[in-house]
Amino acid sequence: MPTFTAYPAQGYRARVSTYWWLGRRAYLKFILREISSVFVAWFVLVTVVQIRGLAHGPDAYARIQHRLENPLAIALNLISFFFVVFHAITWFNLAPKAMAVRMGGKRVPAIMISAPNYIAWAVVSAAVAWLLLRG
Amino acid sequence: MADKIAIEVARYTPDRDTEPRMETFEVPLRKEWVVLDALNYIKDRIDGSLSFRWSCRMGVCGSCGMMVNDEPKLTCATFLTDYAPGPVRVEPLKNFPVMRDLIVEITDFLTKLSKVKPWIIRKEEKPVTEGEYLQSPEELETFKQFSMCINCLLCYAACPVYGLDPLFAGPAALALAQRYNLDSRDQGSDERLDILSQHDGIWGCTFVGECTEVCPKHVDPAGAIQQYKLTGTQEWIKSFLMPFGGK
Amino acid sequence: MSSGKRSNEPFLWLLFSAGGVVAAMLLPIHILLFGLAFPLGLLPSPTYETLVGLAHTLIGRLYLLVLCILPLFHWAHRFRYTLYDGLQIKHLDELVNTFCYGGAILGTVVAAYFIWQIP
Repeated sequence: MPTFTAYPAQGYRARVSTYWWLGRRAYLKFILREISSVFVAWFVLVTVVQIRGLAHGPDAYARIQHRLENPLAIALNLISFFFVVFHAITWFNLAPKAMAVRMGGKRVPAIMISAPNYIAWAVVSAAVAWLLLRG
Repeated sequence: MADKIAIEVARYTPDRDTEPRMETFEVPLRKEWVVLDALNYIKDRIDGSLSFRWSCRMGVCGSCGMMVNDEPKLTCATFLTDYAPGPVRVEPLKNFPVMRDLIVEITDFLTKLSKVKPWIIRKEEKPVTEGEYLQSPEELETFKQFSMCINCLLCYAACPVYGLDPLFAGPAALALAQRYNLDSRDQGSDERLDILSQHDGIWGCTFVGECTEVCPKHVDPAGAIQQYKLTGTQEWIKSFLMPFGGK
Repeated sequence: MSSGKRSNEPFLWLLFSAGGVVAAMLLPIHILLFGLAFPLGLLPSPTYETLVGLAHTLIGRLYLLVLCILPLFHWAHRFRYTLYDGLQIKHLDELVNTFCYGGAILGTVVAAYFIWQIP
């Protein structure tokens, strides 16, 4: 492998701070987006506990429901909701970047990829809500 | 408009300093001046030892990349008046070792660039007598954006992963790999895939997206990398379904 | 062209992507209803019978499996890289990978077990 300088690579290297992500608004947004995955995992945990309740009978499920009414649980789930929505929005907005869809030789505008995702999101959410609320 | 502006420049002399220090100079604030003009003014009239790279002074060579107020910029394309009343802080490009003053060591990038084989690879060369490789405007359009890269390394300065992970190939190298993968004349995708699917080549990218934001030529390296992840995954699936399948 | 071992990262990225889609499409409404609207009484909570009626069907169980498993692997992959870049512990990658993917696998087993146990 040919080297490109006559001198060995050296020089002053600044150490990357543990708080590098606070240095730029874009980095902070990025880390918050990544942290959203923790809230995703949290609610999957809640869902698994709910399923356990379903599996163990109406009293067990009622106990879980009661636990979810605790203000701390509500607060945590409220925060989770915002993070998961943040995940969804950033996800749908970034989807067009991964897919270079071309029609008639030109790249389709990003909105033509993200819009169907948003629509599907609305439709799926409505369907789930309908199934759960119709009684 | 004031007639002067303060420029804070990072100075570092390898054998004398343990770390960079800032030095302030005052330069004329002319409405058509860019940061590069200010640096040249300092070098010509105030301190001839100030060291920095530059060449075309018109945003096509990629030599003059530096941090201006913590933003990766081409100093030949960054107007002083945008920072008035100042001061303007000029530092060497982030995530690279500093050799001297505003000059950084870019060997790492050059090594990674050659590793992705940024040239047309043919399984068989067409003899010259058979004529040129023809390419339609549509075929050109698929990779043209990625070919606009001037290797200025602003994307590397913006990429936190590159700063943290020495094995990550980085935005420009990967965008240029895609430029050749997508070129209809190229038949080297498999070769590049082997290199790039090594553990840390492309998978270190977490799609921060800052590389695309700072690129002065609108190359969109983040898009190139995500597309490459998709291609790499498709190839991986294929290699499972058809382990002895056609290459 | 011979090379070193081809990485299995693509598979993990595929799981991450699938999990990301499921988390984006389904989790918001689930949190809105089960985490907020039902406990706060803003909307009528579905009865135990309704839920079991939905969940015990084959499609119901599959839905729950997808809902629980894929987002866990999305978390595992994303959190792994957050630990690498955020805490800069990439040198502990074996530990991080075990924690993340191991955690997701554990969650998968637990979820599948309870889903199977729905009457």
